[in-house]
Amino acid sequence: MAEKLVVIGAGMASGRLLEQLFEKAPGAYDVTLFGAEPRGNYNRIMLSPVLSGEKTFEEIITHDADWYAEHGVACRFGEAITGVDRARKVVVSAEGETPYDKLVIATGSMPFIIPVPGHDLAGVVTYRDLDDTNAMIAAAAKPGAKAVVIGGGLLGLEAAAGLRLRGMDVTVLHLMPHLIERQLDPAAGYLLQKELESRGIAIRCRANTHEIVGDRKVEAVRLDDGTEFPADLVCMAVGIRPATALAKEAGLACGRGLHVDDQMITSDENILAVGECVEHRGACYGLVAPLYDMAKVAAETLAGEAAAYEGSLTATKLKVTGVDLFSAGDFAEGEGREEIVFRDPARGVYKRLVVEGDRLIGAVMYGDTGDGNWFFGHIKDGTDISEMRETLIFGPAFAGGTPLDPMAAVAALPDEAEVCGCNGVCKSRITGAIAGGATTLDAVRAETKASSSCGTCTGLVEQLLAFTLGDAYAAPEAKPMCGCTDLTHEDVRRLIKSRELKSMPAVWQELGWKTSCGCHVCRPALNYYLLADWPLEYADDPQSRFVNERKHANIQKDGTFSVVPRMWGGITTPQELRAIADAAEKYNVPTVKVTGGQRLDLLGVKGEDLPAIWADLNQAGLVSGHAYAKGLRTVKTCVGTDHCRFGTQDSTALGIAIEKRMWGSWTPHKVKMAVSGCPRNCAEATCKDVGIVCVDSGFEVGVGGAAGMDVKRVEPLGKTETAEEAMDLVVAFTQLYREHAKYLDRPYKWLAKVGLDWVREQVVDDLENRKALVERFDLSQRIFQKDPWAERANAETEKKYRPIADLTLEAAE
Amino acid sequence: MSQWIDIGALEDIPVRGARVVRTRVGCLAVFRTGADEVFALADRCPHQGGPLSEGIVHGRAVTCPLHNWVISFETGEAQGADDGRVPTYPVRLEAGRILLDATAVAQSAAA
Repeated sequence: MAEKLVVIGAGMASGRLLEQLFEKAPGAYDVTLFGAEPRGNYNRIMLSPVLSGEKTFEEIITHDADWYAEHGVACRFGEAITGVDRARKVVVSAEGETPYDKLVIATGSMPFIIPVPGHDLAGVVTYRDLDDTNAMIAAAAKPGAKAVVIGGGLLGLEAAAGLRLRGMDVTVLHLMPHLIERQLDPAAGYLLQKELESRGIAIRCRANTHEIVGDRKVEAVRLDDGTEFPADLVCMAVGIRPATALAKEAGLACGRGLHVDDQMITSDENILAVGECVEHRGACYGLVAPLYDMAKVAAETLAGEAAAYEGSLTATKLKVTGVDLFSAGDFAEGEGREEIVFRDPARGVYKRLVVEGDRLIGAVMYGDTGDGNWFFGHIKDGTDISEMRETLIFGPAFAGGTPLDPMAAVAALPDEAEVCGCNGVCKSRITGAIAGGATTLDAVRAETKASSSCGTCTGLVEQLLAFTLGDAYAAPEAKPMCGCTDLTHEDVRRLIKSRELKSMPAVWQELGWKTSCGCHVCRPALNYYLLADWPLEYADDPQSRFVNERKHANIQKDGTFSVVPRMWGGITTPQELRAIADAAEKYNVPTVKVTGGQRLDLLGVKGEDLPAIWADLNQAGLVSGHAYAKGLRTVKTCVGTDHCRFGTQDSTALGIAIEKRMWGSWTPHKVKMAVSGCPRNCAEATCKDVGIVCVDSGFEVGVGGAAGMDVKRVEPLGKTETAEEAMDLVVAFTQLYREHAKYLDRPYKWLAKVGLDWVREQVVDDLENRKALVERFDLSQRIFQKDPWAERANAETEKKYRPIADLTLEAAE
Repeated sequence: MSQWIDIGALEDIPVRGARVVRTRVGCLAVFRTGADEVFALADRCPHQGGPLSEGIVHGRAVTCPLHNWVISFETGEAQGADDGRVPTYPVRLEAGRILLDATAVAQSAAA
């Protein structure tokens, strides 16, 4: 006689289990199938095309009424199970009790709802089943309707893409810095974001939802920072939790999910479980492949065969039409792990393989995922890839081939082969130009435009030069920024501007970075370039700054810090001095030093005391002196006409005005200024980065002085009649320096490269340009002219500056 | 035997950043990588004792803020031409919490 099998949950896992079971042991069981939804098994992962309108629900049904009838399955859809009585081996529902010999729990998962205020308003949906999908389709029917999707993971993005195709105005809010952070690295996340944005989906990362606003019905989503996004529909797709309530109540062993052994048997030998509700060897799965693996093993167990599930490696694809994205295995970096990265910026392709020893262990691909399953196969099989490593990233088409000598490869290129994808320049154009006398890279660029846009084909063009000219070609000795790229600082700056690269991952991807997240050399430089060029769009990254700028204090050799409050133009008051003295005593500052920039340095402050000492100094009206910054340091002054019998102008007031206008601005390197009231030059203005010397007839502005490892006198930039114009010259010069100089070049080094004449043209002669430079400086100041002490003198920062934990007490116990 | 002590949440450490744990054997730096992995090292550069917790984190390594030595998280060894090593300590993540093996820390005190 057939045994009674009851299955709770009519989703994809139990559906696959039944298919397998009927095949292996036909007639062995009488099956009763309960499902919470009023319908049978359908292909849940194909809901995205249903949402977008590319498929109908009928097309994604896996098991229809005929199939259930054919296999004698008693279907009890829409009937919720309220309990399991294991002692009596019955399940309880509204209709009564149903006995079982074997029970399969496949209750799946529940969408996680963030418990923010307003989460229960009408119009807030999750994205889990057909009803959710239909609710979203209905909401999209209203013309001009706006949707906010909370969660930029796989599910959230599929929802967003579908809603957008339905004509909704869609915004995705994602808590993490990049999309699908669990399956993608930042570079692929960046490409995906770019693609989705080009489809009209607004994406906001680092967005922490504070509240869903509305009166009974949803009206908007508000973030922590107060930003509001109007919404007629809010879709929460932040994750899933295994649905274990029923199993827990029945007393089955549960952790995050319902515990099963390798045979998919729970803590009760007559109860099996499969699918998203399961926890196996500590892992819960939310992708379909592992569920199918589990279903197979459970079917075999039920059929009396020996079988074992040993966990699954997962691979992910995003089901948004036209977006190619694939990830599999483990793609974190690490010692002993090497990465092979291929980027084709023009086509928007990114591929990264992670190799450990002779094995491929992870793969992330974007834009061209055709080889994804081939790589996934090698990951699963642990194939020894040492033989094909050189060409591995090019996929099966090249596998095992011998790598070409680059010179032979370039020689072998046909004449019509495209070398520069950005400008559509083929090989023969370039060799023709070289034959016509363009014998340097710059000349080829000028003649053909090859490698003049993104620059990634520069190497290829250089090989063509070398191949065509032979020994006559002398390669330029441009120094790359660091080991992560072959581009120079100047190249990178130019490309950031011309290609409007506004984030770190954008630079890494579009400019073909060889590492996944840069290094300590390029990251601070890139952070500066991005914030200088895109003050409104780029978010400063403290983790890409040297410690001094991250901590807003100068680290000393013993790990303590120095604190330097600003003294505008070197002028102070008894009250300020008293506050500094009090702070020095209160925090046991061992050394107080008068600096060369006319202010006081408190040396030897402990890192964790910084926020408190800042708060005390803030109280007295003192702000950070940025003594640690690649930015404006000091404007040194003399007493000028106020007190000095030789003074010709009010140098103190001008110095203070400059400092008040320019403090807080970030520059490629530190900038020190001075204003002297007469040519006796007591403020030593002639050896500063920018120095003004007042004379009877006006103000002489000099730039590019130095008094460090090099000593240099300033060169005259221009002379003005008024203090206002002198200030304009100083601001415009600084902005030009901010926009063009290489990171860590002081102005004198930059001037030696670009020439004073060019700078004069830009700043002195071209009045329109001067005005524009001043405007751009002032715009940037609106963002960055904030006292970092005031922003950090709070309990929150104080916590971050303290140790995360103190184990000295515990260890003593 | 290991004794895992909860020292805080992953979120308490900035991505590509570090926080300090004070112990009887001195300060440890607990790092969080761009891929959300955690590592614990003595917070003293083998070169001149610089606080590694204040360095720039890239890949599975940190650059000391004092003189730019690059220290591997996995081995504690200085990379490239520099020669030196800092002790590393077992640390792991569980449900978003950072667990440090106090026994290993105590043993290094005894050694």
